[in-house]
Formats: sequence, C-alpha cells, structure tokens
Amino acid sequence: MRYLPLTPSDRAEMLDVIGVRSIDDLFRDVPEKARNKALFDLPPHAGELEVERELSGLAALNRPAGAGPFFCGAGAYRHHVPATVDHIIQRSEFLTSYTPYQPEIAQGTLQVLFEFQTQVAALTGLEVANASMYDGSTACAEAVMMAQRVTRREKAILSGGLHPHYAATTQTIAHAEGMQIVRLSAAIDAEAAVIQAIDAGTACVVVQTPNVFGVATDVTKIAEAAHAAGALLIVVATEAVSFGLLKSPGEMGADIAVAEGQSIGNALNYGGPYVGLFAAREKLVRQMPGRLCGETVDADGRRGYVLTLSTREQHIRREKATSNICTNSGLCALAFSIHLSLLGETGLRRLAAINHAKARELQAALTGVKGLEVLTPRFFNEIAVRVPGSAAGLVEACAAEGVIAGVPFSRLDPSAGLDDVLLLAVTETTTSDHIAALTAALSKVIR
Amino acid sequence: MAMSNVGRPTAPAANGRNVSGNSGGFASLTGGRGLLQDEPLIFEEGGWDKTGVDLPEASADAADLGDLVRTAPIGLPGLSEPEAVRHYVRLSQKNHAIDLALYPLGSCTMKHNPRLNEKMARLPGFADLHPLQPVSTTQGALALMDRLAHWLKVLTGMPAVALTPKAGAHGELCGLLTIKAAHEAKGQGHRRTVLVPTSAHGTNPATAAFVGYDVAEIAQTDDGRVDLADLEAKLSGDIAAIMVTNPNTCGLFERDILEISRLTHAAGAYFYCDGANFNAIVGRVKPGDLGVDAMHINLHKTFSTPHGGGGPGAGPVVLSEALAPFAPVPWIVSGPQGLRLIEEPAGEAAQAFGRMCAFQGQMGMFVRALAYMLSHGADGLRQVAEDAVLNANYIKARLSTAMTPAFPQGPCMHEALFDDAWLEGTGVTTLDLAKALIDEGFHPMTMYFPLVVHGAMLIEPTETEPKRELDRFCDAMLALAEAAKSRDAERFKGAPHLAPMRRLDETLAARKPKLTWRPGDTTVAPAPLAAE
Repeated sequence: MRYLPLTPSDRAEMLDVIGVRSIDDLFRDVPEKARNKALFDLPPHAGELEVERELSGLAALNRPAGAGPFFCGAGAYRHHVPATVDHIIQRSEFLTSYTPYQPEIAQGTLQVLFEFQTQVAALTGLEVANASMYDGSTACAEAVMMAQRVTRREKAILSGGLHPHYAATTQTIAHAEGMQIVRLSAAIDAEAAVIQAIDAGTACVVVQTPNVFGVATDVTKIAEAAHAAGALLIVVATEAVSFGLLKSPGEMGADIAVAEGQSIGNALNYGGPYVGLFAAREKLVRQMPGRLCGETVDADGRRGYVLTLSTREQHIRREKATSNICTNSGLCALAFSIHLSLLGETGLRRLAAINHAKARELQAALTGVKGLEVLTPRFFNEIAVRVPGSAAGLVEACAAEGVIAGVPFSRLDPSAGLDDVLLLAVTETTTSDHIAALTAALSKVIR
Repeated sequence: MAMSNVGRPTAPAANGRNVSGNSGGFASLTGGRGLLQDEPLIFEEGGWDKTGVDLPEASADAADLGDLVRTAPIGLPGLSEPEAVRHYVRLSQKNHAIDLALYPLGSCTMKHNPRLNEKMARLPGFADLHPLQPVSTTQGALALMDRLAHWLKVLTGMPAVALTPKAGAHGELCGLLTIKAAHEAKGQGHRRTVLVPTSAHGTNPATAAFVGYDVAEIAQTDDGRVDLADLEAKLSGDIAAIMVTNPNTCGLFERDILEISRLTHAAGAYFYCDGANFNAIVGRVKPGDLGVDAMHINLHKTFSTPHGGGGPGAGPVVLSEALAPFAPVPWIVSGPQGLRLIEEPAGEAAQAFGRMCAFQGQMGMFVRALAYMLSHGADGLRQVAEDAVLNANYIKARLSTAMTPAFPQGPCMHEALFDDAWLEGTGVTTLDLAKALIDEGFHPMTMYFPLVVHGAMLIEPTETEPKRELDRFCDAMLALAEAAKSRDAERFKGAPHLAPMRRLDETLAARKPKLTWRPGDTTVAPAPLAAE
C-alpha cells in the first residue's frame, strides 16, 4: 500500500524492540468479543489509476456550474478565482500544517490569520474579527448565542429575509442552548416587520442584507430600534463580494456581522467547505467565539503573532467556553485572504460593480419575459421573480433545456407559501449569451 | 543587543548574547536570515491603489442603489500577482508541516495527505457544483456521499450516519442533539446531565454545556481508564449520556468498554463515543460492537483530509438504530428517480432534530476521504491501525529508557503518553522540552494534555512515518533527555534558537490584545533589529 512505509522486516524489528511477538499482542486490551479477525466487507486497496477512474466516473454524472448557463445563488456564488489562489493553498506548509499552537514554527499561518482578521474587520466596518467559523450559517448561530451572553436575554428575532437554512441552523443550535427563537414570516420586504417585534426581552435582531430575496436594505433604523431596547443588531451577508459596493454592517450600526466568505477565493464545492466571517465591536471581543490571532513580540523583541484570548475557548475553559468550536476553516480563510489581497480595494470595488451591472442586465432581460414579475426592488447581484405556477417545476424544465435557471424558494422553505418565487443570481462569470439562453429557455417553458 | 522596549519576553535572550541572527551570534547586515525573508504585512506594502486582477470597468453605475452605496474607503490593500505569490510563499516558509517531518501532535493524527485526494476534490464535477442546483444534475455527488456513508457504516458497524457536521466539535454537537431529541421523544427530556471522564477533550464538556446539559466528571483509575465504580455510582435517571473517547486520550483502549456501555444503557442513558482516535482501531474494531450509540469521525484525522493550518475538517456522526430517526436534515434517500435529498424535518424525516448548517456538509472533504478509503481498501485500512499502533509502541519502548511513561504497564494504542517525572530536578519543563524539540527539527508533541497526567507529553506518530523517521525522532528526544539530565538548562530555557521566531510573549498578546492592523499603528518593526 503506497501510503504505508513500514516493510515486513521493519515491523518484525520493531515488535522485537517493543518485546511482543505479534501485532495482536498490542491489541490485547480489546475485548475478545470485539476483535475482528477477518477483513471487513469492503473492496481491497486500489491504485491511483483505479481510484481516479472511479471518482472521475462519479464526477461525470454531475452537471458543473461552468458547463453552461447557470443562475443559482441563495448563499453560494460561482465567482472566478485566480489560479494563484489554488496554487498557494496547496503549498505543503499551508495545506499540511495543524492549527498554529506552536507560534515559533507557524508564523506563516498566524500572519495570514492576522491579515485575514484585518481584512474582515475592514469589509464589515467593525473593529475585530475572528480567525474564521465553519460557514455563514453556523457563524449566524454563534452570533445569536454571543448576543445571549452579552445581553443576558433569551430572545432572538430572525428577520423573514434571513436565509431559511441560516434560520433553521440558528433555531436548532441556539434553541438547544435555551434561547427563544422568533422567526418572522418570509417576505420580500421582511425587514419592515422587524422593528415592531423588538421588545425588552430581545437579545438580538438578525437581519440579512442583501436578503435571501436579493433585496439590499439600509438597516440603520433597525439598529437604532434594537439599541434603544438594549438589544444587539446582527447583520448577515451571504455574498461577501457585496461588501465591495454596499454600505458595511458597521456603518449601519451592526454590533456583530457574520457572512459567508465562500464567494471570495473558494469554489462552490456542493456546499462545503466554506468559511464563516465573524466580526464585532471591540468591546464585545471577550464574548466572541472561535480563535483569535494577536500581535506580540518574541524573546528578541521581533514582531510576531500568536493565538490569543484563549481563555474563552474549549481547550482551556471546557464547559465554560464561549463556543465548542476547535477546528475551523483555516485553509478557506487563507484562500479568501489571498484572493482579497489580489483584488485589493480597487479590484473588489470593480468586481462588485461588475456583478451589480450584470444583475441589472438580468433584470432588464427578465422584465421582457412574458409571465414573469421581478420582485426585488434594490439588489446587488441576485433577484427574485414571481413565475406562473411552480418555480421548482420551471427549474426542472429549464434544466432539460441545458439552463440552470436558479433556486426555487420552496427548496429553501417549502412551508412559506412562496412556491412561485424563483431566486436568480449572476456574477462576473455570467455572460450576455448565458442571459439570452436563460430568457429563451424561460420563454419556451412558460406557456 | 538591540531590543525593542515594547516587548516583555517570557524568556530572556540567552545571557544577553546577540541572538537576533540565532546562529552563534552572527547577524546579517540588513536583519534578514539568509533565504528566510522577513515579510511585512500586506497593509505595509503600500498597495492601496494596486490590484493583481485585471477586471474591466462596470458597464453600468449603481445609481439605482442610492445611499446604500459604500462611499468611504474600505481599507484594503492590493498586491500585484508576483508580489502576492512572494508574500505568501515567504510566509509559508515559516510554517512547519507534515510534508517536512514527523508531526507528533497527540490526538491530532497528523498523517500524510495524499495529493491524489486533492486532485479528485478539484474535479469540476465536484468542486464546481452548486449545493442548490437540481438534484437531477448532481446524482454523482449524491452517489459519492452515499458511498462514503456506506464505508463509514461498515467500518463502524453502525446503521446510519449524519454527514453534515463540519468538524469534530460540530459532530459532538450533532450527536448530543440527536440524543437529546431521542430522550425527548421517549418522555425522558428531564435528563439533564452528561458524564465526561476527567481525561476528555475540552470539546466534550464544552459541547455538553452548549446543548444545555450539566457536566459531571467520571474519575479515572490508576491505569488510565474510566473508573467503573465511579461511573456506576454516578449513573442515574438524570444522566442523558456519557461521552467517552476510545481509545482514550491517554492512548489506551478502555478494557471495560462493554461493561461501560452495558451500565450506561441499563441506566437509560446513551453512549456517545468521541471518535477522534478512531485511527487506532479502524479495520479491526467496530464501535457498533462496543455498544456505541453515536460517534463522530474526524475525516481530517483518520481519513487524512488535510488539516490546512486549522481546518476545514469534517465530522460525520454514525448513529445506532435507536438514534437514527433523529438525525438532522438533509438526508439522502433513494427513490424511483435516483437519489434525492430530504431537506426539511417532515415526512420520512419528521423526527429529525433540525439542521446543523446550510447545505449538505463538507463535500470537498467527502471526496478526499473516499479517495483515501478506496486507495486503502479493507486490507489497507486494517494495516493503518496496526502500523499506527506499532509506531506508537515503538516510540514508547525506545523513549522509556530515558523518560517516564505515564502508564508503563501494557501496550498503548496509537499514541504514547509520558509524564514529566523524569525531568524532576533538571529545571527543565515539558514546555521547555517541546520548544527545544523545535531546534531539532520536529514539531512538539501535544503538551499538558490530558490534564490528568502531570506535565503530559502525548506523542502520536501515525502509520505514515517510516522507521528511520521514528528513529531520527527518538534519537533527538533521547539526546534532549540527556542534555536535560546533564543540566544543560540554557539549551532549553532559550529555546527555540533556530526557529523562524524565538519564544513569543503570549501574556503580552492577551493583556493588550491587538487583533487587527490599523492605519498609523506604532508597531514593532517586522524585520529583526540589527545588532548594535
């Protein structure tokens, strides 16, 4: 087996040094009843060629996003990632290192994390950011639990514009911790209903912008109402490129901002691995979940970086930790940071503007399709449309025409009564030909 | 020597000798260290209007967004492509990695990461697949997940698996939420306590508390196992579950595991097994045969998906028949039109406790793990466990000549645990020894964990180390042991001397947290200060 270096003579020699006669002697603490003498009922080892053949066969059964017109968004976005990003994240020293617990020999990872934290703080307009969470949805759940620790209140209000998967994840995890989760009804302009739901028992309000229907919202008034009631405002973004065009959560009064970072530097990967961004006001830093990297000096006075404030974390505080998170999303954070360094402010603003311009092109094209109603008034790169009949059926019919027309809202929340709502996203990878193919397919299948 | 007055080093520079070059008092003229370049932060390279990506200007303005548009500067520097490549490659060279040498972090299973797995995960049919595109266009992806699930079920002897948890701790959370839901369904929702051994990973009690359980500890016997009498005394109608790692964090197999599960079930509680150490038994022992009800599997440990400097990982949870109905959505099920996803807790999945995250979990890790499984096969995976255990016992045998094993009687499993009794009187601590090991070219072992062993040193070599690398490591450890015993304390207190950095001041970092770079920061210079 090509990954196992020991030879039979190595093994014999080593058993001799240990002073046992066989490998079985080393497993003698296993109860007799649980010892398996025979091999398990699974195929035998295989060479690279055979493994590659088998997995390539499975991959070939899928229709990659890049294979043609493609309009899915709703929390994951297909952007172009520079070749440099994937090259660097495959360097041995980044790919095959552990969490940087030994800072003297992990400065590469640590400096990247410090830069990543600074980039995330800048994007979100907040003072501090952590070294990443698993993804946007779990970051959202963690933010809600952090609000409970900060305010010592139990109620979280989730806007009806929050991605339903994020709401469900938050409900599952935060409810288990004893919080009361209030999910407002899904609606295009769901933010309007948020303010009146706030009361004196509210720990936090969670608002997404652009929301799951693509609507970009100024949340300043919601921030004011939340703060007046002593609650925190958590702003969620599922499309990190939008930070290049839209006002930041911090500018609009957010106390905590969480986002899905996938769209910068990371592939779609059928849902993971992704990277959760988590930023907050500086005064809240000691209640933050996850790892934090901080600057310090070494014994010679040279600047260096270490993981810090770890008294918040599970390996020190155990049951009193702010979160149970350990392994997070380091390599995806690296990919995010490299891509963002390549873009710079100039590139990110340009990329965001291109995405927005594409969405306007899409909006104009869809307005011309008979039977469709564009629902999203102000958008970044994603819009919702009302279709005649079932959006899910429409998507299947378009797929048969070679066009992946978007995400039916019913896929995210079948109980919302919005079966006729279709979500469509575009990015810089969308061409005018793709949009023409979409409108042609829609016109054909809508009768 | 020149030394910044900003820092408060935890360790003094070696006797005031100029060590900024760290090589026998020699310092370069410009502060560098040969080919190991010092590297400023991206924010210090002046690229405020630079970009390394060629993008056209947008064809439309954003007037439709009115005052939603961001006008103030964001504060992001840019790098041209050559500068970016250099920046990150230079940084990479300051990291240790499993590709460079043995990485003996106990409990972390730092094994070789096959590059085939990277190649497979990047096939457009997997990497360029959107989680919400129609399932009719992702049948190969669902089949891959189904295949991975099959391997996990056979290897663990368990009937069901929840694939979505994104790391080990997330898997623990999933397991306990499943248990909580099962108790509630049986009218046992009043059970409030989870029992955890004193030697457990910190994530175990943190997770139990996260789910709202009280945590009580189970004592450990002198031979490093769960104290059955203590367990029996603490089991009651209030106990929801026990969380036991097996092999445990002392690197030992719980000999009484069958009795542990019998007692647990007799008390109406569930047995959660922390599967972090599954590498030691894969292909030889099925947790299902041990009475386990739920166990997470760190794909980034046993199945070799790369650790990536702290993730991403993946933590699927295998479940017993009793717990399977409560597994979180999404579920993969087969139907007349092929495989499909159940994404809501309704219908067949009506008892699902909820959702762990958006979408289907760590697909990129699933591809890598399945590539690893297919490569090894049933025979290779059994050999994995055997060689991992053999390597650990070899290290234990060789080092026991100079160091004190925490549990000298009998074999260990995949990791060898030593205490610091042998360092008594030398003035050298476990931390000092670990830092000195860096100077010898190895990553330190896990230190001060498990908490039940004084000055613990937990060494996990894994099966992918050749014998000569094990010997090289043992030779280095034995040489250090001799140096410690011959009172060469200087070597240890100032260590590491030869790493990219000397010992870092963690106290300063925590007392005055500086977590981001800000414009106008007065800061310590990135380059080492030249000798006066």
